Amino acid sequence: MASFVTRRILWIIPVLFVVSLITFTLMSLTPGGPWAREKELPPQVVKQIQAKYGLDKPVHEQYITWVTNFIQGDLGPSYRYTNRSVNDIIEDGLPTTIHLGLMAFSLAVLIGIPLGIFAALGHNKLPDYLATGISVIGISTPSFVLAIVLVVTFSVALGWFPATSNRWGDWNTWVLPTIALAGYPIAQVARYTRAAMLEVTRKDYVRTAHSKGIRSRAVVVRHMIRNALIPVVTILGPILAFLVTGSFIIENFFGVPGIGDAYVTAIGGRDYTVIMATTMLYAFSVAFFNLAVDVGYAYIDPRIRYS
Amino acid sequence: MSATSDQAPAVEPNVVELTADELIATEVRDREAKRAREERLLEVRGLSTHFFTPDGVVRAVDDVSFELGYGETLGLVGESGCGKTVTALSVTRLVPDPPGKIVSGQVLFEGTDLLKVSSDAMRRLRGKDIGFIFQDPVTSLNPTLTIGYQIAEPIRQHLGFSQRAARDRVVELLSKVGIPRPKDRLSDYPHQFSGGMRQRVMIAIALSCDPKLLLADEPTTALDVTIQAQILELIQRLSDEFKTAVLLITHDLGIAAGMCDRINVMYAGRIVEAGPVDMMFERPRMPYSWGLLDSLPRLDDVRGANLRTIEGLPPLLINVPDACRFNPRCDYARDICREKEPELTAREDDHLARCWATQPEGWIA
Amino acid sequence: MAADARTLSGADKVVARRSAGVWRDAFGRLRKNRLAMVGLVIVIALFALAVIGPTLAPWQYQVQDQDAIIENGFRPVKPFSDIAVQSGHFLGTDELGRDLFSRLLDGAQISMSVAIVVQLVVLTIGVPMGAFAGWFGGRIDNLLMRITDITYAFPDLLLIILLSIAFRETVFGRAFSGLLLVFVAIGLTSWVTVARLVRGQLLSLKEMEFVEAARAIGVRDRSIVTKHLLPNSVGPVIVAITLGVPGAILAEATLAYIGIGVQAPRASWGSLINEGVRWIRSDTHLVLFPAIAIATALLAFTFLGDGLRDALDPKLKGKQ
Repeated sequence: MASFVTRRILWIIPVLFVVSLITFTLMSLTPGGPWAREKELPPQVVKQIQAKYGLDKPVHEQYITWVTNFIQGDLGPSYRYTNRSVNDIIEDGLPTTIHLGLMAFSLAVLIGIPLGIFAALGHNKLPDYLATGISVIGISTPSFVLAIVLVVTFSVALGWFPATSNRWGDWNTWVLPTIALAGYPIAQVARYTRAAMLEVTRKDYVRTAHSKGIRSRAVVVRHMIRNALIPVVTILGPILAFLVTGSFIIENFFGVPGIGDAYVTAIGGRDYTVIMATTMLYAFSVAFFNLAVDVGYAYIDPRIRYS
Repeated sequence: MSATSDQAPAVEPNVVELTADELIATEVRDREAKRAREERLLEVRGLSTHFFTPDGVVRAVDDVSFELGYGETLGLVGESGCGKTVTALSVTRLVPDPPGKIVSGQVLFEGTDLLKVSSDAMRRLRGKDIGFIFQDPVTSLNPTLTIGYQIAEPIRQHLGFSQRAARDRVVELLSKVGIPRPKDRLSDYPHQFSGGMRQRVMIAIALSCDPKLLLADEPTTALDVTIQAQILELIQRLSDEFKTAVLLITHDLGIAAGMCDRINVMYAGRIVEAGPVDMMFERPRMPYSWGLLDSLPRLDDVRGANLRTIEGLPPLLINVPDACRFNPRCDYARDICREKEPELTAREDDHLARCWATQPEGWIA
Repeated sequence: MAADARTLSGADKVVARRSAGVWRDAFGRLRKNRLAMVGLVIVIALFALAVIGPTLAPWQYQVQDQDAIIENGFRPVKPFSDIAVQSGHFLGTDELGRDLFSRLLDGAQISMSVAIVVQLVVLTIGVPMGAFAGWFGGRIDNLLMRITDITYAFPDLLLIILLSIAFRETVFGRAFSGLLLVFVAIGLTSWVTVARLVRGQLLSLKEMEFVEAARAIGVRDRSIVTKHLLPNSVGPVIVAITLGVPGAILAEATLAYIGIGVQAPRASWGSLINEGVRWIRSDTHLVLFPAIAIATALLAFTFLGDGLRDALDPKLKGKQ
């Protein structure tokens, strides 16, 4: 097990390397630059800016410079916000984004899994229809549509929660964005859990458990849920990764000061350093969360743990 | 016990608690006595289990009756799909519903009709008085629980043992079924055992609470031939020791011959022949049984000769007509076989067969 | 006589066991799944609408019906209202007088194109990759797995955005008003699942004896893969690409919502929602109908995909 984990961790490095390479290449292919604002800047000014940031050097040199800096932890200056470094921007926004992602993830797990279990246990009866109905709504509603509906209902009409807020950080500002972000994952987890439970119901060892005269509830908990959750864990990794990295639409919509929003702005504004840094961060978190889930999976399935 | 009472003293539990072993010993003596008196442990009467599928109603078990005495071993023999497994599942009400349903009949276990008791009462019997060994030990054990836990589960559930006491009993059981170093293997998972070992674990589970009845559904079919003999011998030894009645389901005549006191042959959901084991093998009275016996290869067969088979396949059990179900494959069939189904009638003492031809008035002597 | 005795002699009734082919079995099971059949019908309808709809639409998607708008006080026309019926916009219009129904049809065309193009890309990349990895194993497998790791590590939407912006000005990027680029980009992030599927299938199948047998009689490797192994993977692959469509449609809608991909006046359901948000309180139809359209498409493909998966599941063979 230990070697498995170490190998996976080591693999992250070359993967990140390639990711950075690809991103850098793509950006160098992108027309325009960080200085393209509404007013065309005079060429000499542009030249000066380029020299200042080393943007007039050949691309591969720029890349190497970037990599060297990156390894030392210097993510460079932001081109758009000239008084802030990328490190600052990330420090400001990353915790918020991660916080949002984790909360949405908790909702997905805490609501999605029980929902799926109830649906499976009440198969083809009311609990199933209800839970499946909710899932169906969840998977067919894009997050931005859900966000719109939530805002219209709870902010505008009912005034319970703010749509956006200057005083970010109050607990009630988190509610709507979290729900909007969690809608789809909740539905996915619920569907998957339901399918896994139904699959487990047909297994022979469940029949064996019944033949031992074990109480129904014990059979469900000890034999069914335990085994059903194993495949469910496999989708939790991608979901968590998605929640942390894919939240920029929600962040943008609700004015959440996370890095997702900064990222989209950076792409539009060709803020190269921000783009590079954030992409690396995202790639790393995806790899990390997937690894965490794989390790968790290997741990909870005894067939893998002891082999 | 009141000294002044002039009624017959009620049977009261001893003040001194009996150990598990002593309890078992008492139980075994009790069974032995009942066996001697030829008391019936299990009486199945007219059991019918049907499966309601979109293609029609499958009459998997159709009006099946048999009896099992204390400590007796009864073989339920037949080819795949004849309904023997469903019969066993019906006895313990483990038939998946939907699509299956026990539509009629009685299953008298020590006098009580199991089909009429509450599901909770049934549950309490399962694992405690009725043990079940399933066919495939690989899929029949929960891969995420240790085998120690899985064997202890019914013990703790039914006998109320503490964790420590249950553990001791599990170690005992493991050594009884022949698993070496039982103490070390308690916390192992099923995948760490071979197929034969896993089946031994299943046997340990089934016998953990010293049941009166053991239902063994093709316990060795999924195992290597060399292991088969060991497992069968184990089952036989243990059931002898504890006077456990065994309903042994198998398609293998050799196994049935070796282990059973009586044999019931099933075909297409019906019992077609029943009797003591020697009678069945020496003087079978039903063409299907002849076919079965005939199909066994023999040591004195001519080399290179073809194996003998029964041509054809068993019928689908949907829309069954009133005719002998074996007749399409039967070399001795006549008109009456196609028009009316024979009843299970006696040939000699205690030997029943369902066939027009072999009846006293029939055309086969 | 005993030999053909499956069908009972003389009469009739004891029915012989039907032996059906794998596909007929599966299709039979699919037919019984009502949700899946509804999904199938809707999918077919959507494709039909996408192909012929825009030609049959009452209005061109970019046409602005000035008269109707002026009459309505420069506001979007509400669906099913008098003005709507009179001027032929029964589902209403936006504030520029563009007929919503026609634009929805345009959106259908876009969404269905997404479905096809993305899955084509997925198949073109995923199947060969998976086949190579599965068949050759060893280092090639390793290499391919690393490539999938990298693709996996890239947050999908972000890679798509990057690609879209990077190539926007190129010829390729301008094809079909920028849509081809978006579709291909989406495909580039989604081929991993199919590749893994095919790889898994090949890994397990190539150990089977019939492969050894085929080799022994001199069948070339390539033929073994294409004629024997890949056809066995068709089932799960079909399920995978059907279930992959909702994700692709969702991605396209999300991108359109933030302004990437479809450009006005063409209408993707996502961009329609973007345009309609500001009218949400007064003229909800501008957001509601596109949202319903998206939901319908997503559900139809999801139910169909689920049904296909259940129908093709070998474990269900013989059970009800």
